[in-house]
Amino acid sequence: MDFSWGSELTSIRREAERLCEPFDDDYWSRCDEAHEFPWAFYRAFAEQGWIGILVPEAYGGAGLGTLHAGALLNAVAASAGAQNAASTLHLSIFGMGPVIHHGSEELKRRTLPPTASGELHVSFGVTEDDAGTDTSRIRTFARREGDGFVVNGKKVWNTKAQQAQKILLLARTTLREECARPLDGMTLFLANLDPDHVEIREIPKLGRNAVNSNEVYIDELPVSAADVVGEVGRGFYHLLDGLNPERIMIAAEAVGIGRRAVDAAARYAKGRIVFDRPIGQNQAIAHPLADSLSELEAADLLWQKAAWAYDSGEPAGPLANMAKLRASEAAFTACDRALQTFGGFGYAREFHVERYWREARLARIAPISNEMVRSYLAEHVLGLPRSH
Amino acid sequence: MKILVCLKQVPHQDARLDIDGAGTWIKEDGIKFEINSYDTFALEEALRIKDAGEAEVVVVSIGPDRVTQALRTALGMGADRAIHVKDAEIDGSDTLGIAKVLAAVAKEESPDLVLMGLMSDDGNASAVPPMMAELMGVPSATAVMKATPEGDGYRCERELEGGALEVVDLAKPCLIAVQSGLNQVRYASLKGIMAAKKKPMDTKSAGDLGLSGVVGAAGAKAQIEKIYAPVRGEGAEIIEGSTDEVVTQLVGKIKELGLL
Repeated sequence: MDFSWGSELTSIRREAERLCEPFDDDYWSRCDEAHEFPWAFYRAFAEQGWIGILVPEAYGGAGLGTLHAGALLNAVAASAGAQNAASTLHLSIFGMGPVIHHGSEELKRRTLPPTASGELHVSFGVTEDDAGTDTSRIRTFARREGDGFVVNGKKVWNTKAQQAQKILLLARTTLREECARPLDGMTLFLANLDPDHVEIREIPKLGRNAVNSNEVYIDELPVSAADVVGEVGRGFYHLLDGLNPERIMIAAEAVGIGRRAVDAAARYAKGRIVFDRPIGQNQAIAHPLADSLSELEAADLLWQKAAWAYDSGEPAGPLANMAKLRASEAAFTACDRALQTFGGFGYAREFHVERYWREARLARIAPISNEMVRSYLAEHVLGLPRSH
Repeated sequence: MKILVCLKQVPHQDARLDIDGAGTWIKEDGIKFEINSYDTFALEEALRIKDAGEAEVVVVSIGPDRVTQALRTALGMGADRAIHVKDAEIDGSDTLGIAKVLAAVAKEESPDLVLMGLMSDDGNASAVPPMMAELMGVPSATAVMKATPEGDGYRCERELEGGALEVVDLAKPCLIAVQSGLNQVRYASLKGIMAAKKKPMDTKSAGDLGLSGVVGAAGAKAQIEKIYAPVRGEGAEIIEGSTDEVVTQLVGKIKELGLL
């Protein structure tokens, strides 16, 4: 067994770190407070070809795998930008997976090169208010009209919809009641976010405010048949391919944020003198940070194993879910301990730990709650009765 | 046109540095390394010459296995091939020993131009470039802020004290040691990193370069005696009170010390 990263993965990490260096905590605080998309940061990565890391070489990308993308996003999340920085790149890198795997040749030729170059921004339109994790109950509907479709409905939690030109949109093309199986009858579209038919409203939220999350109201949006991704009626199954790598990416990012927080706390604990000694000399400060260090190391190995399994074509579902669960819990706990280490200063924006803490909270509920992950593991790995 | 760029891998600027047990160097385990910042400007200068015309850029670095990462980065940025000089026998070399190794590589490569940083972020000696030029028998300039082709060589603008610049002309082959900030250093693109995998990297030992028994601690004229953190000073006095009181006391102190 060989845990070394080799020159390519190490180069990816190092260069990602170098590119992140000019974007310091103050830059990200400003973007976060102003709810401002970090264009300078995004362009720095786009210009060097990083957005196309997963896009096949034939379409202008690098054609690398989940492990490489995870290495990149892990390094980015460990930078001052934390989840804001990772999310800035995450969707552009990962969101077009269904098009890569299931799109028509024409669709790929039309949309993957501008994705790889970073010009095309795509928002993800799956979740709805009334459906939640039970995707079969989405109500957004695409009715056939001539050669194409017309979509009506509403989506929620659409990341980066303010910047995106297109939305990867899951809509019912057959009513649930009329399908043999509840998850049949849904179709995936790469639709234009046409302002004449789409209204986008930002959702005010706890953190990661440099990257917006939105509600998208869709009214009579025309979509051409050429923009159907894969087969009509098989949209949910096309999305499934992307769920495991997304959880692996989120796990890699969470580990990065957690490590940043622990590093910041350890630095602070060495320099902060109270009662004539550094507070890090107190085991009540030191032990929780040592716990987090080891928990993050374990989660780091887990996402890498999951990525290896996915990239090798091995079953990756259990590992991807376990990685997401362990990494998100380890990361949030690490940020919480870091905040505690800073004491009152941890609550102050000036020290940035509160920003990491707010951002690390996200991975426990997105892209799926850890409760649902546990239910998945209990049912599908342990063979326990389904809980829901 | 062949350009040899000498790179040193040094601890990352943000690395936590602890002194090793012998007290003569830092603990290298577990810390991050990067290319010496001065050398990155030299590499960028070489890549610009390559971009502007026909040139082969060869990068060389001395050190253990970790050094290959610095060389891979340079290849990812656009260098054509790399030479890794790796030999425990070279450990403990002083600046002259390092200059001998680099000059031996230069002798094998016969570059038209050698580019390197003025000094290293860790050693700060600024000694290797002139020594190497002397050993090669070529003209050199240090602290170069600008180098432009002129006749059969380069016209270099050197930074002097007080912001003055000195202009010197070097005939090729020559060695230019650059000051920091003379250009904007590029990043390695993702495609560059992938292309770097296929670029050649040769490994050479002291023996390969004909330097067995000549370099390393045994041949060093200078040895590191001790490395230590400066002792925290004592005697600082904090003047407290209202602004008027503080100013009055401060002026009093300055007069008392005869500084006014």
